This record gives sequence, C-alpha cells and structure tokens, in this order.
Amino acid sequence: MARAVTQKRKIINTAAAWAVGLLIFFPILWTILTSFKTEATAVADPPVFLAFDWTLANYHDVLERSNYARFLWNSIFIAGGSTILGLIVGIPAAWSMAFVPSNKTKDILLWMLSTKMLPAVGVLYPIYLIFIKLGLLDSRTGLIIVLMLMNLPIIVWMLYTYFKEIPGEILEAGRMDGAGLKDEILFILTPMAVPGIASTMLLNFILAWNEAFWTLNLTAAKAAPLTAFIASYSSPEGLFFAKLSAASTMAIAPILILGWFSQKQLVSGLTFGAVK
Amino acid sequence: MATQHSRSAARMMLAPAVILLLGWMLVPLIMTLLFSFKRYLPLRGGDLGWTGFDNYVRFVTSSAFWPSVQATLVIVLGTLLITVVFGVLLGILLNQPMWGQGVVRILVIAPFFVMPTVTALVWKNMFMDPVNGLFAHLWKFFGAAPVEWISDASLFSIVLIVSWQWLPFATLILLTAIQSLDGEQLEASEMDGAPVLKRFYYIILPHLGRAITIVILIETIFLLSIFAEIFVTTGGAFGSRTLTYLIFQRVLESQNVGLGSAGGVYAIILANIVAIFLMRIVGKNLDA
Repeated sequence: MARAVTQKRKIINTAAAWAVGLLIFFPILWTILTSFKTEATAVADPPVFLAFDWTLANYHDVLERSNYARFLWNSIFIAGGSTILGLIVGIPAAWSMAFVPSNKTKDILLWMLSTKMLPAVGVLYPIYLIFIKLGLLDSRTGLIIVLMLMNLPIIVWMLYTYFKEIPGEILEAGRMDGAGLKDEILFILTPMAVPGIASTMLLNFILAWNEAFWTLNLTAAKAAPLTAFIASYSSPEGLFFAKLSAASTMAIAPILILGWFSQKQLVSGLTFGAVK
Repeated sequence: MATQHSRSAARMMLAPAVILLLGWMLVPLIMTLLFSFKRYLPLRGGDLGWTGFDNYVRFVTSSAFWPSVQATLVIVLGTLLITVVFGVLLGILLNQPMWGQGVVRILVIAPFFVMPTVTALVWKNMFMDPVNGLFAHLWKFFGAAPVEWISDASLFSIVLIVSWQWLPFATLILLTAIQSLDGEQLEASEMDGAPVLKRFYYIILPHLGRAITIVILIETIFLLSIFAEIFVTTGGAFGSRTLTYLIFQRVLESQNVGLGSAGGVYAIILANIVAIFLMRIVGKNLDA
C-alpha cells in the first residue's frame, strides 16, 4: 500500500519537475530552434515549433558578415587570459593562507571578499581615465587585467576552500623527508590540488566570459568580445530573429557545456563557502 | 609547525594578491572621492575646481534621483521576491524522488550560464516584441491585445528577465540547503501526521533561514549593479533608469564626472551596508 502511494507520488513529482524545468529552459530552446529557421519562418504567425525546413544559412550569414571569429577570439583570449593570470596570482596566495595561516588570515580573506562587493559603476570614470592615460582603452590587455582583478577574490576564496581540505600531515611528512618549498608545491600539493584548481578555473572562465559591464564600457571595435557583439544587435537595423538566434546560440553554447561540468562547484564557489 | 623560513615565504606568496587588490580598490576609490568634490566636465572645460558637497546635494536633488531609487527598489525587491519564493518551491520539488533528476537540474540551472546581453536581447525581441514576440502571439491567441512590454511595462519586463537569470542561483543554493535537512526529522513529523503546510512552516523554512539570507545578500549586491539588462532593453528609458544606470549616464554619456562620482560614492556606501551583513555570516562560517 505505502509502496503504491510513493510510486504515484514519484510520477507526479517527475511530471511536475519536468514541466517546470522545460518551462525555465524554454527561452534557450526557442533561441536554438529559431537559429535554424529562415527569417520568414522565424516571425511566422502562428509561430512554428519543429515543423519547418531546418537551415544553417543563419550561421553562415553571421560568420560571413560580422567578423564573428574576431569577437569569439577576443572572448576566449580575455576570459582565458584573466583566468590564467588570476590563478598565477591566486594560487600562491591561497596556498599560503591555507597552510601557513596567521592571526590575520581571516581578516585578509574577508577584506578580499569586500573588494568584490564594490559596485563597478562607482569606479567607472577612474578606470576609464586610467585606461585612456595608459592607452588600454579598447585593448584586450586592459580587459584581461580588469577582469582578473574583479574575479581574484573568488579565485582566492575557492582555492582556499579546496586547499583547506588537504591534510596538513602530508606536507609535514614531505618536509621530514627533506622536501623544500618548491618540491612541496610541485610534487605534493599540486597533484592533490588539481581538481580544486580545475573547478576554480572553470567557474572563473564562465564568469569572465559573461561579464557585461566592463566589456561593454571599455571596448569599441577592436577588443570587443561576444557580450558586446550581441549587444550591437539591439539596434533596430540588426533586428533579425533568426540571425540574432544564431549569433546568440554560438555565444552561449560553449559556456552551457562548460556550465554542465561546473554545477557541483557552483554553490560553494558563489557563496564563498557559506553554503556547501 | 611552520618554520620562520616558511612563514616569510608564505608572506611573499600572499603579497602580490594583496598588493594588486589593494591598488584595485584604493586607487579608483580615491579618484572617485576626489572627483566627487570637484566640478569636473572633461568635454566642457575639464577640471573647474573644488565645489565642496555641491555634487552630493545636486545628485540627490535632481529630478532623476528619486525615480531612479524607486526603479532600483522595484527591480531588486521584485527579483528577490520571485527568485526566493520560487527558489524554495523548486528546491523542494527537485529534492523529491523522481526520474531524470540530473537532467531537470541541468535544465533549471542553464539560464545562469547565458550571458546577460543574450538574455536581454532574446527576451526583448523573441518574447516581448509587440508584433512578432511569442507573448504577442499568446495574447492574440486568447483574444487580447498584445502588450508593448518594453515601453509600457518596462520595470516588470526587466524584473522578469533578471528573475529568469537569477532563479537558478537561488534554486541551486536552496536545494543544497534542503538536501542537508535531516530526513529522519521530516519522516517523524510525517508519521505524527503533521500536514504538509505545517511541516514546511515549522521544519523546512527555519532550516532554510541561513541559506535564504545568503541568497538575499549575494543577489542584492549583484542586482544593485545590473547594467547590461537595462542597456540592451530600454537604455534607461520608460522609467527603468536605476541608480547604477543614472550614474553611468552622468559619467559617460553626459560626461559630468563630478556629479556622477558623487552618485558613485552613494552607490558604494549602499553596497557596503549590504556587504557588512554578508561578511558577518561568511566570517562566522570561517571560524566554524
């Protein structure tokens, strides 16, 4: 009897959850579907869902007309560069706080977090001015630096949380065997820390890829990444549903796939370890 | 125990991160503070000298200020309400036994990974366009006149778009918190015949208190500074100009840096008030 009830409940749960899940996912699905329609089918009344002649013409057009490759390359370069740079600065910092903590460690960690909470718009002009003075406006280098600094607190926090879970005794043992600081990091710590570093890298790449305040305000034609490329479609002459969808699909597809892998780390990464 | 040697090495390793973040925080902050006390119009004469608190007074007395506060409050509170309420419900739903849980989870989380400019543009055109948008088709199907979402219901539209973006975040965190709930306690209350609503109110909700607080604080900090969603949809028109957007316009569009910087200082103070509460919770967690 009880078993029958739970079985029935499971069916209802499944139906409800799938309905809600598909509803939430629908805008993405609709965008992907529309990207395979012709412009005429895309605005057909009533709308067509699946029964249309699928075409790749929009992808072809977007790639042909808009220098898409350059925007894509800028996105990869900026998101990748800022992530790698952030790891270079963040790994030693997190390592030192996790394994050689001092009475100031907690204050430093919280202070780093507080820099993340500074509203970007509050320092928009100073950064803009510094960029002009240093010739960094509309350059990929400039954006790499800004996004690295913006995400550095998250990088340090995530790595710190992971490093904390590595047992200190292993390091002690290594030291007894005469391992120097360099050996310690290279041969003992790094292999154990690789999963943590990988997920930090993933989440930060995603955050940098999607960042849309500095990338919109500090770039023009040369260094603009995909965020800015998509924003340029908001002008009336760019209003073609199918092409807009194709461009959007290409801009979000890589991150949706990466996001899949990062969903486990998402919670602790974005709440600074407050929820695990 | 750590030796003197490793201690100084550790300090050297921490230094670059601390120095970089200190510079990133202090240099622009001090510049914003300085500008805020100046009459500074880069395109119309440049630095025209000190003006005391003039910019601070002018920022809050300008006719655009209170509407922008109102727009900010509507967007932040509206989005918080939607994401927290539906986040709790979805979290509970996703925690139930079902088939294909992993796939549903991915479907629900997906919007979080879509870049803000794509989100805004897709909603604005493919859903909210008064002629070709899906909503317009839906309205016509039910015999209603299509709504001009972006111009006639700008704030509601932005709340809807931003909620879609942030619901995954709230759901994921609340789901994680629900999963840590003691199953035996729930079962015991179920055996005792506690009705669903009572169980929710007396057991689940108190357990979620901390997670809900964290969702509210983190979302508030991000929502106070949403930009691309407004930039792409309304461009600040139709009463959707938030505090962040107003400062952006003052600084970059009308190039009144003094006035914009004073607004920036207000925004920084506001964000810090929220941040203090968040830091307390996170700090307590570090001790544990």
